[in-house]
Amino acid sequence: MAGLLIAVIGSYFGAFVVQRGLGFLGDGLAHAAFGGVALALLLNTEPLWIAVPFTIVVAVAITWVRERTDLGSDTAVGIFFSLSVALGVVFMSLKRGYSADAFSFLFGSILSVTTTDLYVTGIVLLLALLFQRMWGRWAYATFDRELALADRLPVLFDDYILAIFIAVTVVIGVKLVGIVLVTSFLVIPAATARLFSRSFSAMTVLAATISIVCVVVGLDVSYRLDIPSGATIVFAQSAAFFASVALTGRRRKSGLLTPPVE
Amino acid sequence: MNPAIECRDLTVRLNDRLVLDKITFSVPSGVFLAIVGPNGSGKSTLIKTLLGLWKPASGSVRVFGKSPLDLPADAFGYVPQLKTLDRSFPGSGVELVATGLRSRWPWRVTRHQQAAAQQALEMVGAEQLATQPVSTLSGGELQRIYLARAVARDPRLILLDEPATGMDFLGEEYVYRVLDERHHAGKTTTVMVTHDLAVAFHHATHVLLMNRSVVGFGLPGETLTEENLRRAYGHGGHKYTLPLGFDDVAIGS
Repeated sequence: MAGLLIAVIGSYFGAFVVQRGLGFLGDGLAHAAFGGVALALLLNTEPLWIAVPFTIVVAVAITWVRERTDLGSDTAVGIFFSLSVALGVVFMSLKRGYSADAFSFLFGSILSVTTTDLYVTGIVLLLALLFQRMWGRWAYATFDRELALADRLPVLFDDYILAIFIAVTVVIGVKLVGIVLVTSFLVIPAATARLFSRSFSAMTVLAATISIVCVVVGLDVSYRLDIPSGATIVFAQSAAFFASVALTGRRRKSGLLTPPVE
Repeated sequence: MNPAIECRDLTVRLNDRLVLDKITFSVPSGVFLAIVGPNGSGKSTLIKTLLGLWKPASGSVRVFGKSPLDLPADAFGYVPQLKTLDRSFPGSGVELVATGLRSRWPWRVTRHQQAAAQQALEMVGAEQLATQPVSTLSGGELQRIYLARAVARDPRLILLDEPATGMDFLGEEYVYRVLDERHHAGKTTTVMVTHDLAVAFHHATHVLLMNRSVVGFGLPGETLTEENLRRAYGHGGHKYTLPLGFDDVAIGS
């Protein structure tokens, strides 16, 4: 259930992540989540309550640096990526003794998902639906930022909201597939859908569909072969992606041979 | 009656660099103004300031008697230089034109939007591009669609930043036909940045010749004089020839 919800949310925001070239942002935020989780373990509280605000702060900070300087997005992400992991390492070292919890966050486990996680995921999905009006604004600014600005859209404000949503999506995804693999939910289904789509809305819907199928297939394989679910879901997503590249690649080649349209 | 555009000592700085220096001019409603000047002379910045994208450091800019940001977005039809768009974005010509109608990327193009967009595309001779993915369009084709997008909302002021760049002669003809039609119908005030002096001379009613500050302003024949051009472009040492209606103007000779 949690997997399916995250599949939908991840693809919805993943379409923007892929189209804006923010794949590394997902990775950076996942590692920011590590800092948050480490802090929560140190304080002996529910990881989600610390990781969510911690990651949101990092997402806002990354966006802030991007807007304030001419530095590329990858550079801004890289800085906060390292900073969060450094913080996480310090928090972990302060906590005496080995914590099995930390391991489950690194690689994720569907079995570690609690009802609290499920509620939070549901709330995020609900919020995403409430913010449905934002989709057209985000998409417009993704296509041509200057046009959106000229049309008086609050592009900067929208960027922050989008970054916050991506941050929360990453944190709840971390529980399922882990810090190292969570970017897959944002990037792979949307990238796969991009290969087939002629419109951005179709890309969003197709990404969600692909993602749901991959979660179901991945969990099934994980159960049958008794290997970690995070990995099997990523295998399913990757298989879908490479099959799609093979398919659409051939289509493009044949396109070269067709006579130009008059 | 309020002038359509009124700039008084308009000064704009970008990152502490003086880009517009005390620009003063005003034009009445319904004119076709061409902005001419060398590269880096602040033409695009002036257009963006009229749109409200840049704020003046000092001086004032009024559009239809108001500060640009006090006007609704659909008062402006803006055709930018094609620099900021994402060419890999999955979208079609019709969807792009539809953004001109609703200021949002459409989740789905309604029948009403479809009809309005189609009509605008026909005006610029780009109806066959309606379903084309944006990623497969050439620069000139995109320019036409951007123009269709700008006129689809029937704006009071249309601002164009080198709209004919990368266009073939047929495309150019469509652009100026659409602009001239709207101008003659008294529907719009038109402001166009161009490097084509012949176009400025033949299509515009007014010309603003600038190089950070105003070098000349007025009727095309009075503004685009050899002396003014030399002042604006400096001693470049190259010869610029105006094809029609002009004697040869040799700059820096």
